[in-house]
Parts: sequence; structure tokens; C-alpha cells
Amino acid sequence: MNPRAESLVSKERVVRQVNLRKEKAAVTLLSFAALITAAVLVFVFVYIMARGLAAIDLEFLLSSPVKMGREGGIFPAIVGTLVLTAVSILVAAPLGVGAAVFLTEYTREGWFSKVVRLGTESLAGIPSIIFGLFGFSFFVIYLGMGWSILAGALTLACMILPTIVRTSEEAIKSVPSIYREISLALGASRWQTVTGVVLPQAAPGIATGIVLAIGRSIGETAAVIFTAGSSLRVPHSLLDPVRTLPVHFYILAREGISSRNAYGTAAVLLVAVLLVDFVAHFVVGRLFRGRGGER
Amino acid sequence: MEENRSAILIPETAKIRVKDFNLYYGGFHALKDITVSFEKNAITAVIGPSGCGKSTFLRSINRMNDTIKGVSTRGQILLDGKDIYGPGVDVTWLRSRVGMVFQRPVVFPLSVFDNVACALRVQGITDRTLLSDIVEESLKAVDLWDELKGNPKQPALSLSLGNQQKLCIARAISTRPDVILLDEPCSALDPIATLRIEELMWTLREKYTIVIVTHNMQQAARASDYTIFMLDGQLVEWGPTRDIFTNPKDRRTEGYITGKLA
Repeated sequence: MNPRAESLVSKERVVRQVNLRKEKAAVTLLSFAALITAAVLVFVFVYIMARGLAAIDLEFLLSSPVKMGREGGIFPAIVGTLVLTAVSILVAAPLGVGAAVFLTEYTREGWFSKVVRLGTESLAGIPSIIFGLFGFSFFVIYLGMGWSILAGALTLACMILPTIVRTSEEAIKSVPSIYREISLALGASRWQTVTGVVLPQAAPGIATGIVLAIGRSIGETAAVIFTAGSSLRVPHSLLDPVRTLPVHFYILAREGISSRNAYGTAAVLLVAVLLVDFVAHFVVGRLFRGRGGER
Repeated sequence: MEENRSAILIPETAKIRVKDFNLYYGGFHALKDITVSFEKNAITAVIGPSGCGKSTFLRSINRMNDTIKGVSTRGQILLDGKDIYGPGVDVTWLRSRVGMVFQRPVVFPLSVFDNVACALRVQGITDRTLLSDIVEESLKAVDLWDELKGNPKQPALSLSLGNQQKLCIARAISTRPDVILLDEPCSALDPIATLRIEELMWTLREKYTIVIVTHNMQQAARASDYTIFMLDGQLVEWGPTRDIFTNPKDRRTEGYITGKLA
């Protein structure tokens, strides 16, 4: 072997050793990052649960608060959260999916779709307290809804709309265009193609987006406290005020009413949100995979 | 078969007559003054190098190009004497008269039955017995019924690729169209499945006007009555397949079929 070739070989060996060392360092650092991420979640979960579980029993879940929540349960807040979330989704889901269908299937990229997309993106970046303020001045005061489920749900709907539009859009775009072509080539109209071919295929993605939006609704505090009120009574109509779990927690903690019940409320909230996320990631996918066959 | 291959073209009685047809993708002139006709109960092959506009031409016959942004056309395509680009033509009607089969066999992730029935359902046919009659008839026409052992409820994706393409053909003929357009239907299939599809085309020819775009010269030679050769968006030569392949009049046609022009 000539000297030049030899030096090349030895240089290559050095480079390879350095690369190996870099690789090891990278793996160590990256796994450390992943570990910390997981640890944060576990820590928060355990911390809340350790303090909250003591307060939780069936009575806590099913009875009304006594003395502003110092004693008693959180039943009205659970009802308030469920109703508020349900109404906000009922409003936002059809609007959001409709907008996504329009943007992806009925318009070509142009100034209009750009404006709508810019709008949804900006909407997504607005802090929720601003939505609360808007909801308060528009729905509560201007439209005279007062602190009510309706005002709170409409405010929440504005807030989660961008999430639903964006996830639905992505889901619809991921449907291969050949399916649309086949449907059109079979003599289907565009609407038939959307409802018969595109939406069924995009359904898992759309459903995941909606479930994530439900998660956001459940956990929202700032947008709700100004619009849905903080009543401790079980609501009887959409125009009654309610108090949601996060608002209840906020008031109990801030006013120092009962840290035991505050942690109990937080634990219920945390479990609810984790449950929703679990549904989004595992159940929705499986539900549709069994039916759809391919994806 | 023989007399059809040697028959002289009579454009006035042809199923489809194309007159000075031009298509533009924005500023790009993709099809230039195409004049040609497609005979009833005959297979016409469209050949030519990639990018010559043969698929664009095929997709003009059922107006699938309408879905592409910036497409404009000039000239006429007459189906039974009616200009399909004329005013008041319902494209969904047109597409149920002119079926199309695509390059890759794309079936919906549904049962075989639902794959065939979907085209009928979009036309508002919901009667169960009528649906299952037409599905059975369509599957029999493509030779798939026996293979499925009369069980069309199995998932379409469990079929072999060749059978999936047959299913696509069954789906395309379920609306009882007059014309079937095939866009390189065998390019994803192995040679045996390819031969099966070609045999099937000969059978379907009894009932339909068939237009096939193909890259495969042997396929055009053995499985068509007429051949159209296209180059750079222009129609170079067309006539009975035997004439095109044994005695091409144009130097460019000769170059292409002998492999000198790729």
C-alpha cells in the first residue's frame, strides 16, 4: 500500500471514531430529553393525583358544593363542563368541517382561500383570555345573552374553530386524489364525491381533531369565566349560567376556599382531559380502521 | 374480427367524432387540431411517447380534464352526434355514458359488491334486487363472478391486483355506458393478468366502444382494431391497427413502432 493511500485509510479511521463518539453523545442527549419530557408528565400527574384523590369519592362527584365549595361536591361543575363542551362542539364541528370542505374541495388556491386560511391561523394564535373578553362584550353584553351556557359555548366555539378547520383540512387533503377522480369518472357530482368518498376516508382525522377540540374545551378557563359565569347551581336551560371544572378549581384555589377540594377538582379535570386524549389517539383510529379496511 | 380490422372508416356513423379538437393547460397547447373518430364495437388504441398528450386526449372524452385548473378547449367531440363540450351538457350524465378505467387499479376500501354498486347508487338506484342483479351481471361480464364463487361481499382489497383491475372495469360498466376509456390499464399488472385484461377487452368489444391508451406496443398491435399515433399533442397517423403496424405511412410512426423514436 502506498503512503498516500495509507494516510487516507488512517484518516478515515479517525473520522469514523469521531463520528461514533458524536453518535453516542447524541443518543445520550436525545434520550435524556425524551426522559425529561415523560418525567414532567408523570410528575404533574402524580403530584395532582396524590393531593386530589383523597378528596374524591362518589359523593364528591355527585353532590352539590356547600359553603361556596368548602364542603360538598362538584356535581354542578361536572354538568356545566359537559354541557358547555357539548354545545360548543355542536356549533363548531359542522362549521369547521364545512369550512374545511369548502376550502379543500370547492375552491382552488386563490385570494379567498388565502384570506380564510390566514383568518383561521390568526384565530388559533389569539390567547383565550381575549376570546373571553370578546365573548363577554359581544355575546354577554351586546347580544344580551348574559352569563350563560349559550354565551360560553359560542365563545368556546370561536376558540376551537381553527383547530377543527385545520385538522379537517389536513385529513381531507390526505385522501388520495385518485379516489375523487374515480368517483367523478363514475358520474358522481362533486357533493356526492365529498360525502360518499372524501369524508368517509377523512373521518378518522376529522374525528381526532374534534376530540382534541373537546379536550381544549374541557380545560378552558379564561374564555369561560367571563362568559358562562360561575354559578354553583345545576343549569336548567341554555340561558342559565354555569361553572365549569377549571373555573371551580380557579375560584377554590385563588380565594383559598379549600385546597383539598381544589386538588380534588383538578384531579377530576386531569383524568377527564387525559381520557379525551386517550380516545383521540387510540379509540378513534381503531374505530375507523375496523370499518375502513385500508388505512 | 377480421372484417372489422380491414373496414374502411366512415366517420359519419362513428360513435365518437372528434373535430379539430384543441386543449390548453393555461398557455400550454397540449392537444393540437385533433380530428379522428372512434368506431362502435371496436377497440382503438392510442399510442405515442410519454407527454405526447394521449392521456390528456383520453381524459377529454369524458371531460375529466375539467377538474384541472386553467384548462380550456376549442373544437368538438361528438358522442352520437352531440357535442359533449356544448352548452347545457351535464358532465355527470356524460361520465355515466363514458366509463373510465385508470392506470392503477384503485378500489374503494369496501366490499366487492359496494365497489360496483357505488356508481349505481350515485345515480339514485337503491332497489336491492336491481342493484344485486346489475352487480352480478357486471361481475360476470368481467369474468370475476365465478372467481369470487358468487360471494361479492368479500373486501375488494383482498383481491389480486389483476382482479382488482377487473373489478374497476366492472365498476366502470355498471352504469351501462356506451364507451369505455382505459388509461394504461395494464401498466401495474403482470403479463398473465395483462393477457386476461386483453381477452376481456375483446369480449367487451361486442357491446362497447373501447378506447385504450397504452405504452405497450405489442398490446396495441394484438389487442386493437384501430390505432392512433400521437406526437407532441398532434395526431400523426391513424387507421386499422394492421396497417399502422405493417405499413405505416408516416416516417415518425415507423420510427416509433420500430423503437427508433422513444
